[in-house]
Amino acid sequence: MRKDFAPMTSLKLLAAAVVVALGLNGPALAAGDADPAPAVNWSFNGPFGTFDRAELQRGYQVYKEVCAACHAMKFVAFRNLADPGGPGFSAAEVKALAATFEVTDGPNDDGEMFKRPGLPQDKFPSPFPNQKAARAANGGAYPLDLSLIAKARPQGPDYLAALLGAGYTQPPAGFALGEGLHYNKYFPGHQIAMPKPLNPDQVTYADGTKATVEQMAHDVSAFLMWAAEPKLEERKRLGLKVMIFLVVLTGLFMAAKKRIWKDVH
Amino acid sequence: MANNNAPTSGFYANPVVKWIEYRLPVFSTLDHMVGSKYPTPKNLNYWWNFGSLAGLCLVVQILTGIVLVMHYTPHTSLAFDSVEHIMRDVNYGWLLRYMHANGASMFFIVVYIHIFRGLYFGSYKSPRELLWFLGVIILLLMMATGFMGYVLPWGQMSFWGATVITNLFSALPVVGDPIVHWLWGGFAVDNPTLNRFFSLHYLLPFVLVGVIILHVLALHQFGSNNPQGIDVKGPQDTIPFHPYYTIKDAVGVGFFLLFFSFFIFYAPNFLGHPDNYIPANPLVTPAHIVPEWYFLPFYAILRSVPDIWFIEAKLGGVLAMFGAIAILFLLPWLDTSKVRSARFRPIYKQLTWVFLITCIGLGYSGGMPAEGLPLIIGKICTVYYFLHFLVVMPLVGWFEKPTKLPASISEPVLKAQAAE
Ligand code: HEC
Repeated sequence: MRKDFAPMTSLKLLAAAVVVALGLNGPALAAGDADPAPAVNWSFNGPFGTFDRAELQRGYQVYKEVCAACHAMKFVAFRNLADPGGPGFSAAEVKALAATFEVTDGPNDDGEMFKRPGLPQDKFPSPFPNQKAARAANGGAYPLDLSLIAKARPQGPDYLAALLGAGYTQPPAGFALGEGLHYNKYFPGHQIAMPKPLNPDQVTYADGTKATVEQMAHDVSAFLMWAAEPKLEERKRLGLKVMIFLVVLTGLFMAAKKRIWKDVH
Repeated sequence: MANNNAPTSGFYANPVVKWIEYRLPVFSTLDHMVGSKYPTPKNLNYWWNFGSLAGLCLVVQILTGIVLVMHYTPHTSLAFDSVEHIMRDVNYGWLLRYMHANGASMFFIVVYIHIFRGLYFGSYKSPRELLWFLGVIILLLMMATGFMGYVLPWGQMSFWGATVITNLFSALPVVGDPIVHWLWGGFAVDNPTLNRFFSLHYLLPFVLVGVIILHVLALHQFGSNNPQGIDVKGPQDTIPFHPYYTIKDAVGVGFFLLFFSFFIFYAPNFLGHPDNYIPANPLVTPAHIVPEWYFLPFYAILRSVPDIWFIEAKLGGVLAMFGAIAILFLLPWLDTSKVRSARFRPIYKQLTWVFLITCIGLGYSGGMPAEGLPLIIGKICTVYYFLHFLVVMPLVGWFEKPTKLPASISEPVLKAQAAE
């Protein structure tokens, strides 16, 4: 008995308008003038995606051996490396690897700050005492905190993998590169202060994987995604249960509705 | 006043219920509000679900918000970190925050559909003008609350959104700058601003509850409008709200929660902006400052106004933006047609869809840098937005020939039965 909300033609027009609005907005929200990063088929994509433990462990190794020379992750503690849904290090491994970092503590009873080996509860430290020192060591640029970087850039991990891997190329002829800057085709503006961090065989993977630039960029990007969204696996797992529950609940509601309404005309 | 005609059978025969009902008539009151004693037109379609869904959204926001506040710290040097603390260290903190952040978007989706339903079926027309007014006030309160809530995580978009939007008031002549400083509590968006936004963000939802109670009270005066837009002629046109519409609303709630959960669990940051995962930095301006998606149409109107005579573009934009909402108050009189439902208004029916496309065009324009084609689209849509209300609606109401209205809500059904 119920008539349609509107004629079909209007609905089609409307659908077209929505598609156009969304479609055109997409690129604008992405990285300005830089090339869009190619989409990567991450293990954590999709509703059932999970992190690949080995990949995260390799990513941690790249972070530790390369990136930690300049960057910090102040929201991530070493103990998190043993949390469920993460790289899956054991508590003993975490203790050992935390100790390979040096952290500043204090003041002690003499009022002095002092250095000590890291403990599981410490956050990934910055190698620099403060922001000024970090800038001074990097030609004026600041190696920002990486805890949330995978969520703080459009295209997240895809962008990171592209930026750190294939992004560093020769500038096109005639490109005027600023003093102390490096060409990167995925960085907005194409000039980045970070020198190419990854070179072939820069790390020797414990699991024997060949350390190509692409491999390392991929692994460390996955690791940074975990660092930014450590509850990703828990979220998707709970999501599945909630969705199943809601489908059943909605089905029951629909059946009840049908029965209750059956003799209303 | 002792309730002499308190019901005594069935549920009310239960001694506990009876004891309470005699002293405080909560059960019969509820029954009259949303129960079996509330007669509702029997032809409401699923577009009528969005009122109860909006209520649900507010409840979700208040409940998750109250718990989030237990872990959040409203200070410029701690706010961002405390949100990350919620995300990483608080049990199910990530769930609460994603529910709250996406819940705001859901609330606006639901309310925008609810408003459009009102536009299409003429729910703002006599005698429901005050009901509509209260609805517009609810929208305004929601906007203020949503805007201030977005500032609380103190990310880059929080800070710069707050800066841009509060700066708008400086366009007002003479009083502009003092007002802006008064809003900020200083000479820039800073800790006093964050603190007052936090305070108001907690207060306004309860003001909303109050206005919503009035909204529902006004609704009950004449009952729901309906897809035919004609008045209820008698009991044969109505059915009790409970159980018929409670169960129909429950179906809507089920589908809504599925939609909501998709965002919470599988795309929690889709509706947010990546820049808000960067801590606020007053020294670095983001490339494009954009508000949340639900403000984009109004943001587009703001940016679409050029200098007009002696009115500067900025002032003109601010006036147009607020005017775009204020104009809704005039709607009951701008629409000159006596027929409520667009079903019986062949021209107006098409124009409501044109209007919706205009709003989407504005939203698109608001999300893009203010230049080139998007800016032109924004300008065209801004002009049509106002033309629709100020010119099209009054005129169409005059010359349009409505199709024949059914004699009563139940007439089409009875006819169909007779034909069988
Ligand atoms: C020599 C020091 C140094 C090392 C080693 C280094 N970075 Fe950087 N990084 C920087 C600096 C400096 C910047 C700031 C660049 C700018 O603002 O132009 C930066 C910026 C970045 C950015 C931000 C890009 C953007 O979109 O703004 C990311 C992501 C990043 N680094 C990741 C890494 C990763 C991952 C590693 C390890 C593989 C690494 N960096 C190693 C110095 C370094």
